[in-house]
Amino acid sequence: MAAYLLRRLIQAALILLGVTFITFVLLYILPADPARQIAGRSATVETVENIRQQLGLDQPLYIQYGRYLEGLLHLDLGRSYLQKTEVATLIAARLPATLLLMVGAIVCELAIGLSMGLFAAMRRGGRIDQSLMVVSFVAVSAPQFVVGILLLYVFAVYLGWFPIGGYGTFSHLVLPSITLGILGAGWYSRMMRSSMIDVLRQDYIRTARAKGLGPTTVMAVHAMPNAILPIVAMIGIDIGYFMSGIVVVESVFGWPGIGQLAWQAIQRVDIPIIMGVTLVSACAIVIGNLVADLIAPLIDPRIKLR
Amino acid sequence: MTPGAGARLGTVLARLARRPLALFGLIVILIVVLAAIFAPLIAPFPPNEQLFEGLTLEGAPLPPDATFLLGTDLLGRDLFSRLLYGAQTSLIIGVVANGIAVATGAMVGVTAGFFGGIVGAVLMRFTDLMMAFPALLLAIVLAAIFQPSLWIVALVIAMVNWTQIARVTYTETRSLAERDFVEAESAIGAGRARILFRHILPHLVPTIMVWATLGISTTVLLEATLSYLGIGVQPPIPSWGNIIYESQTYFTTAPWLVFFPGVAIILLALGFNLVGDALRDILDPTQKGRY
Amino acid sequence: MKRVLLASAAAMAIAAASSAAQAAGEIVITYKDDVSTLDPAIGYDWQNWSMIKSLFDGLMDYKPGTTELIPDLAESYEISPDGTTFTFKLRPGVKFANGREVTAEDVKYSIERVVNPETQSPGAGFFGSIAGYDEMSGGEADSLSGITVVDPMTVEFKLSRPDATFLHVMAINFGHVVPREEVEKWGADFGKHPVGSGAYNLTEWTLGQRLVFEKNQDYWREGVPNLDKITFEVGQEPTVALLRLKNGEVDIPGDGIPPAQFLEVKDDPEYKDRIVEGGQLHTGYITMNVNTKPFDDVRVRQAVNMAINKDRVVRIINGRAVPANQPLPPTMPGYVDDYEGYAYDPDAAKALLADAGLADGFETEMYVMNTDPNPRIAQAIQQDLAAIGIKVDIKSLAQANVIDAGGNGTAPMIWSGGMAWIADFPDPSNFYGPILGCDGAVQGGWNWSWYCNEELDAMAQKADAMTDPAMAAERETLWGEIFLKVMEDAPWAPVFNEQRFTIRSARMGGDDALYVDPVHIPVHYDAVTVTDAQ
Repeated sequence: MAAYLLRRLIQAALILLGVTFITFVLLYILPADPARQIAGRSATVETVENIRQQLGLDQPLYIQYGRYLEGLLHLDLGRSYLQKTEVATLIAARLPATLLLMVGAIVCELAIGLSMGLFAAMRRGGRIDQSLMVVSFVAVSAPQFVVGILLLYVFAVYLGWFPIGGYGTFSHLVLPSITLGILGAGWYSRMMRSSMIDVLRQDYIRTARAKGLGPTTVMAVHAMPNAILPIVAMIGIDIGYFMSGIVVVESVFGWPGIGQLAWQAIQRVDIPIIMGVTLVSACAIVIGNLVADLIAPLIDPRIKLR
Repeated sequence: MTPGAGARLGTVLARLARRPLALFGLIVILIVVLAAIFAPLIAPFPPNEQLFEGLTLEGAPLPPDATFLLGTDLLGRDLFSRLLYGAQTSLIIGVVANGIAVATGAMVGVTAGFFGGIVGAVLMRFTDLMMAFPALLLAIVLAAIFQPSLWIVALVIAMVNWTQIARVTYTETRSLAERDFVEAESAIGAGRARILFRHILPHLVPTIMVWATLGISTTVLLEATLSYLGIGVQPPIPSWGNIIYESQTYFTTAPWLVFFPGVAIILLALGFNLVGDALRDILDPTQKGRY
Repeated sequence: MKRVLLASAAAMAIAAASSAAQAAGEIVITYKDDVSTLDPAIGYDWQNWSMIKSLFDGLMDYKPGTTELIPDLAESYEISPDGTTFTFKLRPGVKFANGREVTAEDVKYSIERVVNPETQSPGAGFFGSIAGYDEMSGGEADSLSGITVVDPMTVEFKLSRPDATFLHVMAINFGHVVPREEVEKWGADFGKHPVGSGAYNLTEWTLGQRLVFEKNQDYWREGVPNLDKITFEVGQEPTVALLRLKNGEVDIPGDGIPPAQFLEVKDDPEYKDRIVEGGQLHTGYITMNVNTKPFDDVRVRQAVNMAINKDRVVRIINGRAVPANQPLPPTMPGYVDDYEGYAYDPDAAKALLADAGLADGFETEMYVMNTDPNPRIAQAIQQDLAAIGIKVDIKSLAQANVIDAGGNGTAPMIWSGGMAWIADFPDPSNFYGPILGCDGAVQGGWNWSWYCNEELDAMAQKADAMTDPAMAAERETLWGEIFLKVMEDAPWAPVFNEQRFTIRSARMGGDDALYVDPVHIPVHYDAVTVTDAQ
């Protein structure tokens, strides 16, 4: 176990290193000059050149990248070109909002997905089952910005049930969480349905029924836990999807997370922020995958860590 | 293709048609394809023509009426015509991007799975690496480097999307290579090429077909998202995503500009999802789950 | 020597602006984009421009709601007859938020800090006329030889050339005075912990969410500011901000009325009286790179000017602009009222193209920033140009990429929207140097049409040397002439001048002009009032 963990951690570190490298190279060849963004429109060519030197942007790629890595070793993500503030501070200020949104999305995924799946499984083959599965397909086919805009229009603008974007209270969290979570809810409802159907076929359920336990007890005590476990393992992997989704969802709802930070930084080639956000997102994805892999054998002992 | 492949395809289609959901998906796809092909004949107006009478005097778009079936957009263009031509964009990108992604992913996956060893390890670690990228961020940066055109957008989407297919074909290839009949073949001294082409690739076809179908749905969504962020297909070429992008802030005053293209995107993605899912059941009933 | 004593007049002007209501209160203002910094040496964005003006003070300022210069931290100033020496007497007793008095040393330090290349200030270039600028910005000197602290309350600037805009430069944010000890304490984080001598102090900043300004109780101006507290909420879409205004949660949406809701609000009896319309020192224009074919032919550039149906473009943005025919906006001194420009005439444009040997038209590219409404405007222009045979490919890219393509000379045409020139100060020279003069026509410059006319550069220099206030009218005329000559060569096709529309809650009071202040953009926080005392 320890050896496995060590190997996975080394692998993870290598992956993160690769992510930083590729991002760095991409930003290096990006046809936009950060020095000019900093220098403003009244600057002379000399001023721009001077700033380029100060930031080390006149150095060859490998030296620039080396310096970045050196900073990383000291846990230093650098300072924003335009805001001058430490990237770590900027990300730290916005990460809680993003994490909150992710938690909200996970809750939505599970609440909507599992209940839909459960319901469908219990009414297997019936009209309810079929309509629920159509709904689940629609959920996985809808782009997040469409879902977001429609939810905003219907529930915030038209019905006035929720605030129209913003951050701060529980009611602010509802619509963005649903938007981010609805895709996963679609997948989970289908997984839940098929795993429930599997479980219900198992011998121990038949035994439980034969013992005269009521259908609710059978469901709650015996069937549900076994059906849910495989889904729990998937949540780790979802983090990757969320990391892509937050750029869109945060911009639709004005959510003050790292997605908005990244988007504004990209518009103005604030490289340290782009690097920082990419790295943090990649960390989240890698950790999510690792956790998912670690949980898997706990759920299904046939799976071995290797 | 092996002899009888055509017949097999026919059987598959027939079995698809017997499932109501898959049939619905097929019909949706068919409608979109026909709309795209016959757009020049169906469209009541040229898609890019900014009509003087398409805006109110104050410059507001017109809601659906008898002339403009789905209303007009913010430049006074006929939305229905733009949606028809937008179907071309979505399909071209869907097919091209997904084609590249499937080809790349399958090549990487099969190579890594079949040859294993260092080559396999390097390829799969690289795949892991690309999977650890926040996909949208990668697409945004790529789109900023290569100035977006239809083909560049397709390429960017392919570069983001190939990894899943690589993972799936890798796992599949590995499990095929370890199966008894393959091991038996190599024991009697069959050539590696023979094993690859006779025993592995044919068995991968169903998986690849399923992923190719499901992948188009992902691609259509990603194209829409890129366009929605303003880094997709360039104006004035209509795409369902950039129609929404151009009009998103008008959703309270001109909801048709968001509603119709939004529904179009959902329906097309839904169509491919339904067909893909049914294909998975038909071609390999043992496969389950989402990856 | 002329001695100008304006202090009392200025005090009266402020008092007049604030007499409308003395009710104290709190207001909420929203912005979409985050505030990047409040360091006066760095901040150069829409949302932080006026905030910085409320936290800090410069030697000069403007009468609220106008472009009329008044002394601010300076009590009085003198200009030598040759226009190269400016002596400012500071107002005694003005204190920074940390309690220390503002001195002449602080003025010298603040401006040298901006010019110092290590500060990486986007405003350094504005101080180019101070003697010793080149040495300091080139890194050969660590102070500006042109700034002398005569005594703790007197600072003298020697210029290397006469500069008629110098008083404007002393009013720009980059010249605002900062306390050295605080800058040194916070280092690069000063922008997040600003300490100034302005009408408000920053009391809270939750990154990405909210900033709170509270009244500076010790502010030297009587009765200013009117408000006790301003809360700025960031990250909010203009559409959302407007809906919240309707709910009474927001007093001013800082980004103005979103285009989508403009028509709706404009015609709504409840809101139409709360909308304030104002001119803006802004021009939206198309640059044509005079170094690339076929835009090296003046006839082609003129044809483009004639081909654009500016009225239709203005209609597409719901009438939130006025068609332009010259680089200067109408509210800028030097604007030529009776100039007719190139009238919309596609047939004449076609004829000109035919003259230039391009009867069959040609293909070219137009770069545009990818935020609404810019791609839309570009498409309208594209259709107009197609009508005379010019096939334009639109390249809709992120701002940084467009700026790069312009500065490299790779972009044949650029629509300036989103990056457009909003004047830094209300003087025509600000519309020339970097964007139409030879200095800007270099690799990495902002003169994206690469137009360089030595004769006009000489005229511009002459105009800027007219420092005598008595010659102001003559100077304006000269500037007007320069821009009309630019239009003869037509390196730009000016399209429109944006109008600003601010909406405010019913409880906000004060002169309408404060809500579309030409300098304190977008709103003059120091002077606005609320009518309901809380």
